[in-house]
Amino acid sequence: MSHATTHEHDHHDEKPKGFVKRWLLTTNHKDIGTLYLIFALIMFFIGGAMALIIRLELFQPGLQFVQPDFFNQLTTVHALAMIFGAVMPAFVGLANWMIPMMIGAPDMALPRMNNWSFWIMPFAFAILLSTFFMDGGAPAAGWTMYPPLVLQGGKNVAFMVFAIHLMGISSIMGAINIIATVLNMRAPGMDFLKMPLFVWTWLITAFLLIAVMPVLAGAVTMILTDHYFGTSFFNAAGGGDPVLYQHIFWFFGHPEVYILILPAFGVISEIIPAFARKPLFGYTAMVYATASIAFLSFIVWAHHMFTVGMPLGGELFFMYATMLIAIPTGVKIFNWVSTMWQGAMTFEAPMLWAIAFVVLFTIGGFSGIMLAIAPADFQYHDTYFVVAHFHYVLVTGAVFAIIAAVYYWLPKWTGHMYDEKLAKWHFWLSVISVNVLFFPQHFLGLAGMPRRIPDYATQFVEFNMISSIGAFVFGFSQLLFVYLVWKTAKGGEKASSRVWKGAKGLEWTVPSPAPHHTFQDNAPVNDADLAHGSAH
Amino acid sequence: MTTHRIRSAFYFLIFLMAVWLPAAQAELALNLSEGVTEFSRDVYQLHMIVLWICVAIGVVVFGAMIYSIAKHRKSKGNKPAQFSHSTKAEVIWTIIPIIILIVMAFPATRVLIKMEDPKDMDMTIKITGYQWKWRYDYLDEGFGFLSTLDRKSNLARQPDSGIDPETVPNYLLDVDNPLVVPVNTKIRFLLTADDVIHSWWVPALGWKRDAIPGFINQAWTEILKPGVYRGQCAELCGKDHGFMPVVVKAVSKEEYRQWVAQMKGEQVQQAKMDQKTWSKADLMAKGQEIFETQCASCHQKNGQGMPPAFPSLVDSATVKGSLEGLIHTVKFGRPGTAMSAFGNILTDSDLAAVVTYVRNAFGQRDDTVQPQDVAAVTQS
Repeated sequence: MSHATTHEHDHHDEKPKGFVKRWLLTTNHKDIGTLYLIFALIMFFIGGAMALIIRLELFQPGLQFVQPDFFNQLTTVHALAMIFGAVMPAFVGLANWMIPMMIGAPDMALPRMNNWSFWIMPFAFAILLSTFFMDGGAPAAGWTMYPPLVLQGGKNVAFMVFAIHLMGISSIMGAINIIATVLNMRAPGMDFLKMPLFVWTWLITAFLLIAVMPVLAGAVTMILTDHYFGTSFFNAAGGGDPVLYQHIFWFFGHPEVYILILPAFGVISEIIPAFARKPLFGYTAMVYATASIAFLSFIVWAHHMFTVGMPLGGELFFMYATMLIAIPTGVKIFNWVSTMWQGAMTFEAPMLWAIAFVVLFTIGGFSGIMLAIAPADFQYHDTYFVVAHFHYVLVTGAVFAIIAAVYYWLPKWTGHMYDEKLAKWHFWLSVISVNVLFFPQHFLGLAGMPRRIPDYATQFVEFNMISSIGAFVFGFSQLLFVYLVWKTAKGGEKASSRVWKGAKGLEWTVPSPAPHHTFQDNAPVNDADLAHGSAH
Repeated sequence: MTTHRIRSAFYFLIFLMAVWLPAAQAELALNLSEGVTEFSRDVYQLHMIVLWICVAIGVVVFGAMIYSIAKHRKSKGNKPAQFSHSTKAEVIWTIIPIIILIVMAFPATRVLIKMEDPKDMDMTIKITGYQWKWRYDYLDEGFGFLSTLDRKSNLARQPDSGIDPETVPNYLLDVDNPLVVPVNTKIRFLLTADDVIHSWWVPALGWKRDAIPGFINQAWTEILKPGVYRGQCAELCGKDHGFMPVVVKAVSKEEYRQWVAQMKGEQVQQAKMDQKTWSKADLMAKGQEIFETQCASCHQKNGQGMPPAFPSLVDSATVKGSLEGLIHTVKFGRPGTAMSAFGNILTDSDLAAVVTYVRNAFGQRDDTVQPQDVAAVTQS
């Protein structure tokens, strides 16, 4: 290949001209990554706006702003938009940008499919969000779509199911692409146990996606036929079983929560060593822990259903299996802390977000252990304690990791350094307000406030008020983030190719901004450039 | 530098006080209630054990992190160590969590086994969830009744009601007819639902259990202390999910016997109501009352509903059409919609009254329906 090297360099920065060719017809992993990230950001604000209307209504008791039915539509679509529209596409965007650069590949293995899997998403969400403007409104049965309630929906059932089918197709194609890329496109010398953890966690996530997205598609298809074609999969009066749906849904749903968090683990495992200037502690243990979490995620689904009336044996099995997840997750937390230990840390924005991730995700993990205890779950289930738990793992977990990743790699993408002072403002405003927002929800749940209610008894007033104030500060602080990213894309201090002194990995060997095409010559990788170059 | 740090710490303290002091003054519930059953107390103990274990782990892990963040920074001229693994450390922090988990699993298993073992029960109550009310059937006594959000809360919770919820006693946690049970008695609950999934929850009893159409779930309790215990539906069940409270009134065994005798007397009266012929004025008055408690949450007080989910009754074809068809719809419901079969929860005289009211008020038909007319309509 070496004879082609000089020739290839001339084409590195050749971007297609015109909006249609550059963005609509693109097969470039970096442009598709950008599209995914922008789409995720837009959905984050749409879902966030819904959350703010919810918190506005809950600011005080009584109904002031929305009708109960519209409230239920908001909670339902807020969750669908955030899970399928914001967090998942954001991680796919990061994967698109970074995986080829991290493993020394010129692009994703299946670039045309890559284009298609992105461009399905705007249509899927246009369909889902259009239901707000229809007779009868948007789906209102919760993102879990439990029958028989979901079957009482009007026209929105068909639109919701079709939108979920499209999202599923997009996710499966994205996952196939990532697996094909990681298995086939690694540069010579990039062995499996030299891959960055972000690549490892995404590879495992991609297998989870392929395993469970078809399960969700099956579940919602049965809802579709129950609603329109007179079948009775979940209709007790016709001999069906409403609990069967919950088993199928959570067989998808539990691996899904790891789909949302495993790539976050990968991001944090890249950032902490870079800013501690020290190798990641226990690299192989991290890989095995990720794989164990993925395996366990398939055998714990019914812990979401402890109150449906399972036999004792079932409750015990799912309780024990769920508690086991604490072990590999604990290994990860301990390894991150050990990576920091005796390092030479600096605290630029990516590191701040990563440290906040470790602390706050661990708090979400603690409430997770509490929820695993089946008899105690008879109290916690379906209360604000659960709401607090999953927002700690998804907002201060997944979303914080995404923001950390953006600050970490933004100079590589744009060629400019972001404004560190403004980024610190963004961090401190967010990290304080997010705790004001979600921490009191633990108390609300323990004191007896059920989730998904538009109005509440008067003993819950104070904490709801505090939580709503936190929500508004957190929500509006994110506008700072948009401004920061926009400002960095426009200009700013030039970034060097290494950007962060302690960072390792192939992405830091290419110039900043990364040329439109990278690693076309497929040269063997140099162990010294890798974070995990020598065998561990 | 130091004064700067002190100043920031001071501001932070003020912030914390601003947030938490009002909370402390109001003596807010921060924690699970201990409850009034052996099970709820067991759960409380379990909750506290696990909570303190988590706090202890948190102190160790976060303590190490904070120490490291304070000491191992580049600004202090620290040279980074280069170690990247330690088999000994990794084995230790795999084994210690396993031991902690086993310590938690033992009491959890014991409590769970006790909960799932409903034997030697003294009485049985069947709980049925409806959108959006509960029905309680005392299977040993042969009577039952509906329990819905009480009138004061219901008025205050309407959008733009102008009523301050703080002025309503037990806002959203009060019902017209509470579930009355004796203390120190083992009560078996059989739970089911008629339309969608609900979940019956009273925190003081220590558990919630789903009420699922087509299933009969089982749970039990033995309340140790007389009192009124309040809870809510915990599973999203549609528009008024937030407005179907559960109220349990636990009384002495003697008081309970008196209450049962009184309820049985009322049941005899009720049967007479279904036999007699009613005047139109009586039907209309009773019908309006029933319409407002049972029907208005969907069809609205003015009958105009919230189309398309909840159709308008004003001049609707069903309301104006054959009387038999209208009775059939109310008595047996419309499968696949939120219209449930009110024949299961209202008496014939109640149904006659509400059909008369709907027919006259929204259908402009001058008809009277008697309980006997309702009894004559059968499902087919």
